[in-house]
Amino acid sequence: MNGAMLFPWVGIVLCAMGLFAFIVHRHLLRRLLAFNVMGSGTFLVLVGLAQDGRGVDPVPQALVLTGIVVAVASTALALVIFRRWYRVSGHARLPEDV
Amino acid sequence: MIRVALAAAACTTFAFALAVALLERPVPAVDLPAAVAGTLGASGVEHPITAVLLNFRSYDTLLEIAVLLLAVVVALALHEAQPDSPDRMGLDNPLLRAVIGALVPLMLLTAGYLLWAGATRPGGAFQAGAVLAAAGVSLRLAGVALPGFEPPRLWHAGLALGLAVFLAVGTGALLAEGGFLAYPTGWAGALILAIELALTLSIGLTLLSLYRLAPPNADDPNAAVDGSARDGRHGSEPVATGRGGAASSDEDEQIGMGGDSPSRPDASAPP
Amino acid sequence: MPWLDLTLALALIVTAALALSTGDLFRAVVMFIVFGLVMALAWVRLEAPDIALAEAAIGAGLTGVLLLDTLGYLNRRFRPVEPDRNEAP
Repeated sequence: MNGAMLFPWVGIVLCAMGLFAFIVHRHLLRRLLAFNVMGSGTFLVLVGLAQDGRGVDPVPQALVLTGIVVAVASTALALVIFRRWYRVSGHARLPEDV
Repeated sequence: MIRVALAAAACTTFAFALAVALLERPVPAVDLPAAVAGTLGASGVEHPITAVLLNFRSYDTLLEIAVLLLAVVVALALHEAQPDSPDRMGLDNPLLRAVIGALVPLMLLTAGYLLWAGATRPGGAFQAGAVLAAAGVSLRLAGVALPGFEPPRLWHAGLALGLAVFLAVGTGALLAEGGFLAYPTGWAGALILAIELALTLSIGLTLLSLYRLAPPNADDPNAAVDGSARDGRHGSEPVATGRGGAASSDEDEQIGMGGDSPSRPDASAPP
Repeated sequence: MPWLDLTLALALIVTAALALSTGDLFRAVVMFIVFGLVMALAWVRLEAPDIALAEAAIGAGLTGVLLLDTLGYLNRRFRPVEPDRNEAP
């Protein structure tokens, strides 16, 4: 197992950890962190899998670059919505979460 | 407890499925790196990733900037629907101002370099846009008012600039060459640079706007509604706002940030 | 250099676990910023300098500022708004 092939496995672990935290936590900010960790895991799987000993593959790298920018934009939008929700309700969690 | 156990079981299954998919992956039928390297000469740039982003798979980038514009439109709509109290953002700290004053020109220079370098080596519109947004956020943290935001026309035009230039170039190529975003031979380098310039401005402005459009920290709508908000110091007894009930039963509202409230771990934190 | 890769992989998993499980939300956000920086190093090891640049600027810089700013909002939300301190003596 060379170095490039190690990172997809790390990505799988990150995905699973992120999903677990996303389900278990109720605080919306923690869910956002979990969502981001899960995204990072996905990116690692995408890029690491494409270059396991076959050299650099620019296509998945370009896709992940696009993905990172979209991820930060969605995180920023989620924070805007979260702050507005907190402002009107005083809660940091959703009401339907038991 | 049952919830945590179920979540753990679901995530283990998920990880197992992913691992099986990783082990059983098919050998790719198309050698993409070779395909990119073979057509790199005709793409107008020398860096393969920039070529993929803005020539071979330019639809991805076009839709990405559309998604960014959509995000900022949603934030703008929320801002319209729920007006904020006057924005008094900024830490009034002379040291911070001095440091920012020295840093921002360097950041602008870095953004320009990254944009220019994207044609031949790592760099490009996304990184340059991120550095540009970081410069704007630093200025906002230092309390420097940026011009151009107040009559919002110019600001909104800047947000839409990236998508507009991209669409204009694509449509122009459609009329001239018969294919959407099929750059005419010999023009590809210049067109890509023009698109990247507009993309940099729009991405930087979009990220900065998403930061600006959140309710400001100094904002406290309760203070005007109910005087007891000035007495109640903590969120454990928030003033009822619109939903008619104080949420004293919420256990995870308080966060400890070295403030005067004791930090309390989440009740739902996994063991 | 398998040791470097293994160390990076371990650091990624540990920082992510801390960011997801620390009780104090402020510490969780700081660990998430550290996680972003380690991700940037991992991208360099994966020979993806473009993504490393973007991750260092976005994942560690911008996202960190946004999250910390939101934490400040959550903390300050129900405190009285300080009037401008220039009242007459």
